[in-house]
Amino acid sequence: MSLSVSIRHRFGDFDLDVAFDAGPGVTALFGRSGAGKTTIVNAVAGLLQPDHAQITLDGTRFDTLPVHKRRVGYVFQDARLFPHMTVADNLDYASRYGARASDRPRIIEMLGIGALLDRHPATLSGGEKQRVALGRALLSNPRLLLMDEPLAALDGPRKAEILPYLDRLKAETGVPILYVSHAVDEVARLADHMVLLAGGRVARAGPLFDVMADPAAVPLLGVREAGAVLRGRVVEHDEDGLSTLQLAAGTIQLLGVQAPVGAEVRLRVLAQDVLLSLTEPQGLSAQNILPVTIRSIRAGDGPGAAIALDAGGDALLARVTGRAVQSLGLVEGQQLFAVIKATSVAQSAISGGAT
Amino acid sequence: MILDEAGWTALRLSLLVGVTATLVALPLAIWIAWLLARREFWGKSALNALVHLPLVLPPVVTGYLLLLTFGRNGTVGRFLEDTLGLVFAFRWTGAALAAGVMGFPLMVRAIRLAIEAVDPKIEDAARTLGAPGWAVFGSITLPLILPGVLAGAVMGFAKAIGEFGATITFVANIPGETQTLPSAIYALLQVPGGEDAAIRLVIWACIIALGAVALSEWLARRVARRIAGA
Repeated sequence: MSLSVSIRHRFGDFDLDVAFDAGPGVTALFGRSGAGKTTIVNAVAGLLQPDHAQITLDGTRFDTLPVHKRRVGYVFQDARLFPHMTVADNLDYASRYGARASDRPRIIEMLGIGALLDRHPATLSGGEKQRVALGRALLSNPRLLLMDEPLAALDGPRKAEILPYLDRLKAETGVPILYVSHAVDEVARLADHMVLLAGGRVARAGPLFDVMADPAAVPLLGVREAGAVLRGRVVEHDEDGLSTLQLAAGTIQLLGVQAPVGAEVRLRVLAQDVLLSLTEPQGLSAQNILPVTIRSIRAGDGPGAAIALDAGGDALLARVTGRAVQSLGLVEGQQLFAVIKATSVAQSAISGGAT
Repeated sequence: MILDEAGWTALRLSLLVGVTATLVALPLAIWIAWLLARREFWGKSALNALVHLPLVLPPVVTGYLLLLTFGRNGTVGRFLEDTLGLVFAFRWTGAALAAGVMGFPLMVRAIRLAIEAVDPKIEDAARTLGAPGWAVFGSITLPLILPGVLAGAVMGFAKAIGEFGATITFVANIPGETQTLPSAIYALLQVPGGEDAAIRLVIWACIIALGAVALSEWLARRVARRIAGA
């Protein structure tokens, strides 16, 4: 499946002009508020009629269809369950038109909403509502799932409650997902492709691992949030709480890895947590030292510089001061060592499903 | 409390006129309320003003305008008589028409407020799940506005039962045909010794009005409970 989106829309001062393709898996639309994310998904769903649109799904024109014939499952930020119906009725409403009642037990089981079926939406917690909304969207037998910041209205624990369900959904359903978010950690965990939006334009688009490791993306993601996403495999868990992960460039030790031995995981390493050393450091408390090669150096608008590194084929991103670039004499192609502190990679930045 | 033959006739006719006016006007009121609440179109303000006209015009003027349009010599009246055999002038159907027209703005106002209180985003969600527009209205909007529809219907019914000025101007005061409760009370008060019979009708008017309000409260509570899911 492939979704191709081209939209031009203007209202008031806001001018949206975007074109991008989304392959199978999860495509994240990322950007600050007002970047045009919701406008794009609403146009794909048909809830908004843009000035100009050409949207195709698997080569067939999509934007000329009325909303109810597009078969997009839309999960809104506010769950939008029907208040006068029970959870079961909400789900049945979707399968009435989607004709996917045979999948009902499997979807209910996957989302863990079996115990909620007789309840009314008003009695559900935010996380429960969002799980029901996910189930309802899936039961409409969608060709495409749209998710507009489905976790933004939830607090930390509720978010943590939903994320594993999103992982399962991605792994089990195979329905392509357009996922709107302004939270980098969600995107880093879930997305396969990433479209970075700024001011109604596509600033960067491509595979998640490439975009996250792109120095040019640093100002768009925010200097504190920028950082490459790496693929690794869990080699062993030690008794002292440290786990060993195999990366392309070598092994590193991290704290709090939940995935079982042998599992493929994703690892988000913030650019500001990566130190650079010209020689292999000795007598350092940080144990994770990877040999790297500088791919490119991009001076920021401020005193910082973003440095793209090649770590045995994986991309890594480091953020240092411009003065450090000068004093170390960093140039493209230079070989040096990257140091990552074991405690700097948050537990939430390590997740399963590295494909 | 005990009514004579003429009193019973007036009471029965009032109920017939009130129920007919409400049932016929209600679907139209829902449609107009939905148009005013959810659609933008050319002439919307004019439609809104037209709907509210009976509320602000003197009832006698409304009755006379009805007579001019729906009377035997009125264009619409003659057309309906020729095509459908439907006659309004000096018939109970005319009383129902006058009552319905007078109650219409009250119905539309109550229902429009209810529709505006329904979050259109909920309706959008239903459309993305594959429901066509009419199904969204029937399965989402209508159940959610039911308390407002009931309130509108009761207001319309109460207005229809109490309507006097437009009715007497349009279809006069013919016992057994167009003489509803208010007209009967008015007629009784015009003759010496009629107070006694008038008081009995007044009591019945109060019973009907209070009964309608109580019934709608009870229904609205039931509907609200179902919507809230308690």
